[in-house]
Amino acid sequence: MTDIPAPPIVQESARSLSMRRALFRFRQSHLSMLGAALVILVLVIAVLGPWIAPYPDHVAGGVDTANRFKPPSWGNPFGTNELGQDVLSLVLAGTRVSVLAGLGVVVIGTLVGTLAGAVAGFAGGWWDEILMRISDLKLTVPGLILAMAVAAALGPGIVNMVIAISLSWWPGYARLVRGEVLAKKEEVFVTAARAIGASPARILFRHILPNIVSPIVVKMSLDMGFAILTVASLGFIGIGVRPPTPEWGTLLSVSRSYMPDFWWTAMFPGLAMFVAIFGFNLLGDGLRDVLDPRARR
Amino acid sequence: MALLDIRDLHLSMRSFDGAAHVLNGINLTVNRREVWGLVGETGCGKSLTGLSVSRLVPEPPGKYLAGQILFEGEDLLQRSEVQMQALRGTRIGMIFQDPTTNLNPAFRIGTQLVDVALSAGRRDPAVLGGARGRGARRAAEALAVAMLDKVGIPDPAARLQDYPHQFSGGMRQRVLIAMALIGRPDLLIADEPTTALDVSVQAQILRLIRGMVDEFDMGVVMITHNLGVVAQSCTHVAVMYAGNIVESGPVRAVLTGPQHPYTRALLQAIPTRGVVRGALKGLAGSVPNLITPPPGCRFAPRCTRAQAACRAGLPEMTGTQHRTACLFPGDRDD
Amino acid sequence: MIEIENVTKIYPGRRGMFGEQPPVTALSDVSLSVRPGESFGLVGESGSGKTTLTRCILRLEAPTSGRIRFDGHDFATLSPAALRAMRARIQIVFQDPFASLNPRMSVHDIVTEPMLIHRATLGLNPRAQTERAAELLDLVGLGPQYLHRYPHEFSGGQRQRICIARALAPNPAMVLLDEPTSALDVSVQAQVLNLLGDLQTRLGLTYLFISHDLGVIRYVCDRMALILRGRIVEQGETQAVFETPSSDYARMLISAMPEVAFD
Repeated sequence: MTDIPAPPIVQESARSLSMRRALFRFRQSHLSMLGAALVILVLVIAVLGPWIAPYPDHVAGGVDTANRFKPPSWGNPFGTNELGQDVLSLVLAGTRVSVLAGLGVVVIGTLVGTLAGAVAGFAGGWWDEILMRISDLKLTVPGLILAMAVAAALGPGIVNMVIAISLSWWPGYARLVRGEVLAKKEEVFVTAARAIGASPARILFRHILPNIVSPIVVKMSLDMGFAILTVASLGFIGIGVRPPTPEWGTLLSVSRSYMPDFWWTAMFPGLAMFVAIFGFNLLGDGLRDVLDPRARR
Repeated sequence: MALLDIRDLHLSMRSFDGAAHVLNGINLTVNRREVWGLVGETGCGKSLTGLSVSRLVPEPPGKYLAGQILFEGEDLLQRSEVQMQALRGTRIGMIFQDPTTNLNPAFRIGTQLVDVALSAGRRDPAVLGGARGRGARRAAEALAVAMLDKVGIPDPAARLQDYPHQFSGGMRQRVLIAMALIGRPDLLIADEPTTALDVSVQAQILRLIRGMVDEFDMGVVMITHNLGVVAQSCTHVAVMYAGNIVESGPVRAVLTGPQHPYTRALLQAIPTRGVVRGALKGLAGSVPNLITPPPGCRFAPRCTRAQAACRAGLPEMTGTQHRTACLFPGDRDD
Repeated sequence: MIEIENVTKIYPGRRGMFGEQPPVTALSDVSLSVRPGESFGLVGESGSGKTTLTRCILRLEAPTSGRIRFDGHDFATLSPAALRAMRARIQIVFQDPFASLNPRMSVHDIVTEPMLIHRATLGLNPRAQTERAAELLDLVGLGPQYLHRYPHEFSGGQRQRICIARALAPNPAMVLLDEPTSALDVSVQAQVLNLLGDLQTRLGLTYLFISHDLGVIRYVCDRMALILRGRIVEQGETQAVFETPSSDYARMLISAMPEVAFD
């Protein structure tokens, strides 16, 4: 062979180069960076929360009736609540519960939804009909109502609540994944895999699913905020996490009776939720721009 | 005055990896009734040259560093976007490779054609025969039917009522050509107009464009990678390599007596009649990275004739009619 | 090598809410035979049925009627295991080298995948597979240093070489070339065509070369057939078809070829 093509001059591996490229594009957007910073902050607090709380005994349920409803001060930056507990400590400790529950919902929803969507899209026929009609059914009932019903049936508790919300969560992923699988099924490289004799499982797991990870990750990140909100909503209406376990929605729920005089008891848990949801949404938007550039611009 | 006169055009495109100098001093003069073929490998800047004339290169990332694009003596680079919109589709017609993306799927093709004809009529009443008001619309419809007939669409009056999806790929490309020509443009930019089409349709479309050149007194810039298409339908050809025009002139002179080694290599790569199996010559290597282009003649790294002098500086175009930018030109192998 | 006898493929019409679509006859009564070691050209324009025919040959679809025999075996009567083994013997290279490689797989994984799937027939352990992948890359003119790169790092011509290496991996007897150079620049096309010719002589391959470019067919093929709306309208030695075409369609196509020639 005399016609050997010139080798491309690449010093570093393709993976790291494309990672750097993605990072470059991500960093172009200040809002994405802000989102990433907020998410990191929330995650760090979720891990360290109980340890950095200034009043760990309040987190465990201890009360200090002598110091009820103190407004924000240097000693209690977020004030104290009706039991004299330090609101800052409760908000910090509550981060872990809220974020973990939200993460649990999104992960379970993704796993179930991806499986259902992949089978529906790939196998087609009756599988598709059955799974998609079930998911349609879920979409006709408002998610929160369904979660309430299931949570009420299962009884209170974090795990039950996560399961309840996940049940209303997976159809969104199932629809997304089904659509992506249907599109990828028609790609030439999938036909090429069939032509070399690859089995259906191989085609699905080796050729199709790795190519639809990006939209799933983007949706997960965008959903995180809403999942945290849903967890808080269930806590707020009293069928989610029960006191004394600190959780943002529950904190908000208890303090609503003391509005507006003792505004700090509601304001700071609400602000924490706002920051977390805002951060995850910005991050999700940023990731979408990087991973799925067709969606914008 | 020339219809189109591109003078020393420099364009750079910014990307993550740096700024690429994608057009490196383009000089091209197109007169009325000339069909210029712009050829070269992928990534040589031929499409960007075409897009520059209609000012459709997004800025940023694109940036014009120097040069002029004179259209009837007026520099298009000085024009505002609003002024350009008035030119596009009326005085400068455009045809792109993919016919599916350039028709609005929500409107009947008749509506789209009549709109273009009406706006052309506002600029130049002669297009619609001087008709005004309701008469102008009737004249525009008649013109639309006549154009569809001219591009070879059977039963044109009835097909005005159809939507783009009701046309096959070849038919859609004809509709686009009709749309590009209905405003009687002075200059037509055709970017790979027949690449997506079957050979039989391609021949018809090329004949059509060629026929309209004389009828409408147009100038055409035809961007293609197919030298066969150039030989069949162009009067002149400019060969581009890595952002430069390396050879240009009347089509027969260039294709039968290529002076630049790149032009020769392109011609030798075509499986023409009488080439026996294995005798075809490929061109090793690929178009260089334009962020850090090779010094001097950009073709030197792939050239069998290159010497030290080639790497010293970019060769100037020399010659009068048939011009080439090579220090060691010639149409023979060494 | 491969005998296609009276193959007809009809896609059934669909009855939907807004009326019926009539059945579509993609192939009607197509008969061809490709001899061992030759290059057979199949020329047709878009919608002529050439893609359907390749799908039938690869057994991605079953013909409505007619038989396709490969090495004397009728596809329709083979057991699933035998069909799978047969798949290794016929490979394909597609038109678009940008779409036909999985962007998430390295060149190594792409080229060894057929060996992994057909390891029962080929009997190669993972190390032998990697060695063979390196040899194949050498064979197609790329070199083993590219094993751990990803498709997006390559130009169109280089990707098409990877596709060829993948097709050669399971030791096929026959390769379907579905417009393998249509997406490439003419300079690269010449290299790929020469590579294909080279490989044919070295490995004794049989090619079914599908193209709409008559110039390429004339350069590469010993015999050829023209297909129009699902029917074979002309078949014969390439030179004979070009010099004395017998059908109107062949004459029209040949006269419409954009050649670099002045008279």
